[in-house]
Parts: sequence; structure tokens; C-alpha cells
Amino acid sequence: MAINKHKNILDYTLQSLLRRKFKNTGIILVFTFIIFAVSSIILLSYSLKKEAGMLLKYSPEIIVQKILAGRHELISTKIKNEIMGIPGVSKVEPRYWGYYYDSGVRANYTIIGIGVSGIENNRLIKGRMPSANEKNAAAIGREIADARIIKKDIGDSLNLQNSEGRWMEFKIVGIFESDSEILTADLIIISESAFKSLVGMPEDTATDLAVRVANETEIPTAARKIKELFPYSRPILRDEVIRTYDAVFGWRSGLILAMFAGALAAFIILAWDKATGLSAEEKQEIGILKAIGWETSDILEMKFWEGLVISLTSFMCGLILAYLHIFLLDGFLFAPALKGWSVIYPHFNLAPFIDFYQIAILMAITVLPYIASTIIPSWKASITDPDTVMRG
Amino acid sequence: MRKSTAFFIFITANLAVMAALYIHSLTAVSKHPVFKKEIKEIAEKLRLTDLVLSTDARYTRHPSQADLFSAFQDFPGSIEHFPTGSVIPPPDFSYMRTEIRIYGN
Repeated sequence: MAINKHKNILDYTLQSLLRRKFKNTGIILVFTFIIFAVSSIILLSYSLKKEAGMLLKYSPEIIVQKILAGRHELISTKIKNEIMGIPGVSKVEPRYWGYYYDSGVRANYTIIGIGVSGIENNRLIKGRMPSANEKNAAAIGREIADARIIKKDIGDSLNLQNSEGRWMEFKIVGIFESDSEILTADLIIISESAFKSLVGMPEDTATDLAVRVANETEIPTAARKIKELFPYSRPILRDEVIRTYDAVFGWRSGLILAMFAGALAAFIILAWDKATGLSAEEKQEIGILKAIGWETSDILEMKFWEGLVISLTSFMCGLILAYLHIFLLDGFLFAPALKGWSVIYPHFNLAPFIDFYQIAILMAITVLPYIASTIIPSWKASITDPDTVMRG
Repeated sequence: MRKSTAFFIFITANLAVMAALYIHSLTAVSKHPVFKKEIKEIAEKLRLTDLVLSTDARYTRHPSQADLFSAFQDFPGSIEHFPTGSVIPPPDFSYMRTEIRIYGN
């Protein structure tokens, strides 16, 4: 009996919403779009943040850069032994890497010079990595293979201009598979000696030093000691690297803030418009219902259903569309914001990690205020004398 | 059919779709390459520090390795000219107005 009463009120509410179908459909569309936009950002940023955290925890514990006049400078490899002498440090390896601007396709590549790669039998590499002293061999990222004017494959050659203006030809011996694109899309891996002759790097220097520290708790101490020994250095801790990505994709990130602020403003305008008063038609409806015997509680229940029908419908549709957009359609609407002017960029194949906490917060800050903003002005109207309300 | 029944069917259908997407997310996550040991090996052995998200500027390709003021690298006060720069937030200034102690030798 009691349930039937609620169903009757819901039936009436739905009928009432259908009477103003253009207005209510408009509200549902705007509301759905706002939820879609915000949920898409939440899903995208959380997924990228999780992926960054999972992959970058394998990066070196400390990277030591040399800073000269506030800028990153080549570091001497002669200081390796002194760093090795610091307690807790298990390995110091120079990293040889830099950028190469390809004017042909207007793309920036990241070039890495390696010694023995240690990833000879990796299934994410089609072909092989260049060996330590191989002068003219390269392994390239999937997107570089696709970005050159003619698609490149194993056995083709890649020509790069060295610092003296001469062209160096590299035979492509390996291509990173697309599953590793988030790390390797723009990489060109060549041997250490080939890298030095390509960029004209002086002997006994490296781009930076990768320091391995076996015990996690000793990392900050080792970094402090490096800074004390070499005041010109800038040790970058692995935790800082991961924190950088946490910041980029966190709640306070530029991406979320920029898009969320606009969506939130739109939602506030929508809710404000509802909360500041009922239309004359709605007031009249409440007055008539009161006059034919509806209780104030029935009217509040009707308005609760009205708010719930609109906000829950919008929330669910927005959330489902956001999931489809980010994880099945590769976030095609937001990807351009990340790609910017990039010519080379990975095709996002994001792992659909879902943060229920953020979804719950989104629900709490959209659905609940909307229901409240529907009920409160109606409550004011329903406690007034029906005759006064009907007369406006 | 009563309108309320139609509404409940609609909500149940939405919940069913959401449950299906959740199951999809669980299976997709478990099969995702990010869990493969090969990709972890690439990150470790090549000593990589950043994800390839944008390649339009040094500080968006390697945000963790960039100069501390790299967004304004051309000259102090120059405006940001790479679109992805707007995605990278400013540094944490929460330490401002706190006491800094400098210990000499």
C-alpha cells in the first residue's frame, strides 16, 4: 500500500516532467554533458596516473643532472667513482640521451645511446636492440616507424644528420611493439658510441647519471650526500618523478582544474537557476495539488522524485558515455589537449582503472545539490497558503 | 505500462550497463600491457623516467627532468606557447613563507 503511494507520486512526477519535455530534456542533456566531461577527465587522469606510477617505479632511484647557470648541462662521467663511494649506492651508470628534431616530418624524437641493453629477448621488441659497439644500427618506436613519410620497417634505413651536418645512416634492426607505446613511441635507440658521434658529445661526459640505491630508505641520504659532494648537481629522486605525474594528473592538476572549473561553473548556474525560484506554472501546480488535498510531504516527495529522475538519469548516462569515450574510443575528445603540437604521440590504450572514491565525490557534488535545489524552493511554495500560491 | 515501472526498468538497464562496464574494466586491466614484465624491463633497463604523452617541447616530453623554470625558457616572463603547457601545473609553492635554515660547514 505504502509502496503503491510512492509509485503513484512517481507516476505523477514523470507525467509532470513529460508535460515540460523540452525544458527537462534540455536540462538532462546539459547535465549529462557536464557529468560526461568531468567523469572523462577523472577516468583519463586516474588511469594515466596509475600507469605512470606502475611503470616509473622501475626507473632509476636517483638521476644526477649537472646544472650550469640554471640550465641542464652535460655531466662528467669521472665523478662516477666518487658517487659509488657513497654508502648505499650499488650502481652508477651514465645515461646518454637527447632530442633530435626531424625537419622532414617536423617531429621531435628522443634519442638514447646504450651500451649492453639487457633486453635482448624482450617480446615487446620486434627484431633486436643494437649491440654495444654497433655503429649503424637503431631500434625505433612504433610511432617513428609510422611518422616518417615512407613507413619504416626492419631492414629499412633511417638517416639522421650529425652535429657536423653529415648524414649518418642507421639500419633499423628493431621496432618497439605498440603495447609499449606509452614509454617508447618516440624513441630511437642507438649504441653509445653512435650517439656520441651523432650529437658530438665530448669524451668523459654524459647527459646525466643514473644512480641505483638498493635500500629504499637510503635514497634521500644518498641524494643529500651527492648534493654535498657536487654542489652544482641536481639529484632527481624517483619519488619526485612519480610525484610529478601525480601532480599532472591529480585533483589539483592543470588538466582537471581547467576543464572542471568550466563544467562546475555551468552546473552552478543550472542549480542556481533552479534554486532561486519556481516558474509561475510550477507554483500554480503546487497550489492546485495542495487545494485538491495533497500534503506538504507529498509535494516534497514529488519534487524529490523530480530531482532524482533528472540527476540520476544524467549521472548514469554521463558516466557510461565517459567510460566509452575514454576506454573504448581512446579519449578522442581530450587527446588533442595532451598531444598539443606533437607530431609523434602514442595511441592511448589506457588501462581502465576506476577510482570509485572520485566517482562517489562527483555523485555527491552533482546529484545531491541538484535534488536539494529542486526541493528547497518547492518546500517554500508548499508551506504557503494554496490560494496565495495559485494567484502568484 | 506504468511510467514508474518504465523508469525503474530504465534505471535497472543503466545499472546493468554499468556492471558490464565494470566487468570489462576488470578483465581489460588484467590483460593490459602495463602488467607485462617486458614493459617493466624496458623501463628499468633503458632507465626511462617519463611517459610519452606529448613530444612538442622538452619540458612536456620529460616533465620530471625539465629545468625548474623551463615553461618560461626563452626569457623570464615569456608566455607559454605550447598548448600542452597548460596541462602541466605550476610547481608546489606550499613551502613559501616557511623558515629556511642554512647550515654552513
